[in-house]
Amino acid sequence: MDILLQQLINGLTLGSVYALVALGYTMVYGIIGLINFAHGEVVMIGAMVSLSVVTALLGTHVPLPPAVLILAGLVVAILVCMAIAYAMEKIAYRPLRKAPRLAPLITAIGMSIILQNMALIIWGRNYRTFPTIFQPTPYNVHGASITDLQVLIIVLAGLIMAGLVFVVQRTRLGMAMRATAQNPQVAGLMGIDINTVISAAFVIGAALAAVAGLMVMTYYGIAHYYMGFLLGLKAFTAAVLGGIGNLAGAMLGGILLGIIEALGAGYIGDVTNICGFPFLSDSLQQQCAANDGQVSLFGSNYQDVFAFFVLIGVLIFRPSGLLGERVSERA
Amino acid sequence: MSARRRRKAIPSKAWAGVALVAVALALLPFVAALVGQAWVRILNFAMIYVMLALGLNIVVGFAGLLDLGYIAFYAVGAYVYALLASPHFGIHLPFWVILPLGSGLACIFGVLLGAPTLKLRGDYLAIVTLGFGEIVRIFLNNLNAPVNLTNGPQGINLIDPFHVGSFSFAKAETLAGIPFSGPQKYYYLLLLLTIAVIVINLRLQDSRLGRAWEAVREDEVAAKAMGINTRNIKLLAFAMGASFGGIAGGIFSATQEFVSPESFGLLESIIVLAMVVLGGMGNIPGVILGAVLLTLLPEVLRSTMEPLQNALFGRVLLDAETVRLLVFGIALVAIMLYRPAGLWPSAVRKRELEGAKAGS
Repeated sequence: MDILLQQLINGLTLGSVYALVALGYTMVYGIIGLINFAHGEVVMIGAMVSLSVVTALLGTHVPLPPAVLILAGLVVAILVCMAIAYAMEKIAYRPLRKAPRLAPLITAIGMSIILQNMALIIWGRNYRTFPTIFQPTPYNVHGASITDLQVLIIVLAGLIMAGLVFVVQRTRLGMAMRATAQNPQVAGLMGIDINTVISAAFVIGAALAAVAGLMVMTYYGIAHYYMGFLLGLKAFTAAVLGGIGNLAGAMLGGILLGIIEALGAGYIGDVTNICGFPFLSDSLQQQCAANDGQVSLFGSNYQDVFAFFVLIGVLIFRPSGLLGERVSERA
Repeated sequence: MSARRRRKAIPSKAWAGVALVAVALALLPFVAALVGQAWVRILNFAMIYVMLALGLNIVVGFAGLLDLGYIAFYAVGAYVYALLASPHFGIHLPFWVILPLGSGLACIFGVLLGAPTLKLRGDYLAIVTLGFGEIVRIFLNNLNAPVNLTNGPQGINLIDPFHVGSFSFAKAETLAGIPFSGPQKYYYLLLLLTIAVIVINLRLQDSRLGRAWEAVREDEVAAKAMGINTRNIKLLAFAMGASFGGIAGGIFSATQEFVSPESFGLLESIIVLAMVVLGGMGNIPGVILGAVLLTLLPEVLRSTMEPLQNALFGRVLLDAETVRLLVFGIALVAIMLYRPAGLWPSAVRKRELEGAKAGS
């Protein structure tokens, strides 16, 4: 099997999901300059709600085709996530819009904990498995395997992103968003209702998050109340990598991060294989002999570390990201 | 503003107050022991958290840098102690050697993290420190193969308690006719250490450095114009905060006699942050209050909620752990919305936050 191609396919799939979530971060950040720390939890709620809806519909024993089940789950998840994001913005962020920068960040962390523990109370501490309503069919492409589910995720994410770009570039709402991002005061003077625009950014981001939540849930087949944290953090990294506040950047960053992670996880074991080194201790030599000369300093269990290193690296060497403009150093 | 305080002759009433507090603190472990030895342990925990929160307060409260990976320094201190005083490597150094070592290493980590990241804007800094905290935790979790350094997710067991010669703080014994339990002995040691940390913090706040931190927090550009080397000042805040975290970590290790990566997740960082924010960022008495409140609250919840639910519904619907975190989350949001200066705000911070509101 071709590992490089396989990891590229896996990375592209996961990267599309990161990109969808990253768009939510980047839209909010672009408009009000807030890191919506609780965005990852919105993804988790999307996954949990759609899982619950599908399970509940299956429980009614009405023979519905899988596509209808998933669609029903998706619609409910999108509505719930939108409502949560709307309420969150109104309760926790709007009153603090003019407060010192740290204040909304701290409430965002608080919101994140609240959502997580609400989910814990509602759905419990255990992993929830997605009922197998369809079996992804693998196809063989040059020695690597790609499933129809992966293709669906990639294509759907692409379509949604294209739709978002259309909304932002071609509609009145999009124009209002871009104007508010440039200068909220002046946009307000031009007759734009800034509060509506900001709410819209949160709500659209939440809808994308719900789709992303459903995607990861079907892709991995499980959902968990804690899944939003890491996913959100990685998506944020993706947004920063591409240049936060920049839509194209978020997409590029998401896909790049997915691929970096997949390749990193695929190759770190080989790269840090220490069996070739001289001066190994006896116990290490024994380990090498026992494992066909494959003993790595770091294995694929370090997969989650890559995103953080990418984040720190980008922030240190190019804080404006790949496609972003120079960000001034504000306190 | 001038941080210089006029030294007045301390009135005898104040001395009487100090004496009363001292007597109360000295008797506290015995009063707590009447309810149960577990409460003495909780008091000890509260003091560890006070140290931790005061350390974070230097970074967040004094210098105004939001650090979400603070627990990593605590982890460094805890693991240094665990590795150098346990059968894991068979090394058993005395605690007065390890605590400074752990604190020093945490300090170095602080500088390593701070040096490249401190030029970042406040909210980016928060995310980078968060990432750093997670990296440390993931490494602690996975550094058990191919060479077993940290024993991975199982953690390190049988860590030596504090001892001086044959006098161990973990054993119960009778001193001068009074029976002392292990936690009670620790209590007095921790009390001394906590008081030392508090005094250091109070002195730091009033020092030249403390005023420089405050200046950087209020307005970095103005501070720079006044000749303050803002980068070094911020780095010092990071390093000092980290070294206090390291000490608290070592003490945690010794009192628990067990450490595992699970104790050092993001949630712990946020809990310590909640203590600082709830009490009042930048105000030492406030932070102490926040730390004590948030350590005691979950224990009180645990001891009252579950019996209450059992009595009302016949089973436990919400476990105390979940409710505790929910309360932390709500506290963070509510404090920021309604009382951004905290429960016990410092005068300066209060004025500043009110100014920000009025000026907008």
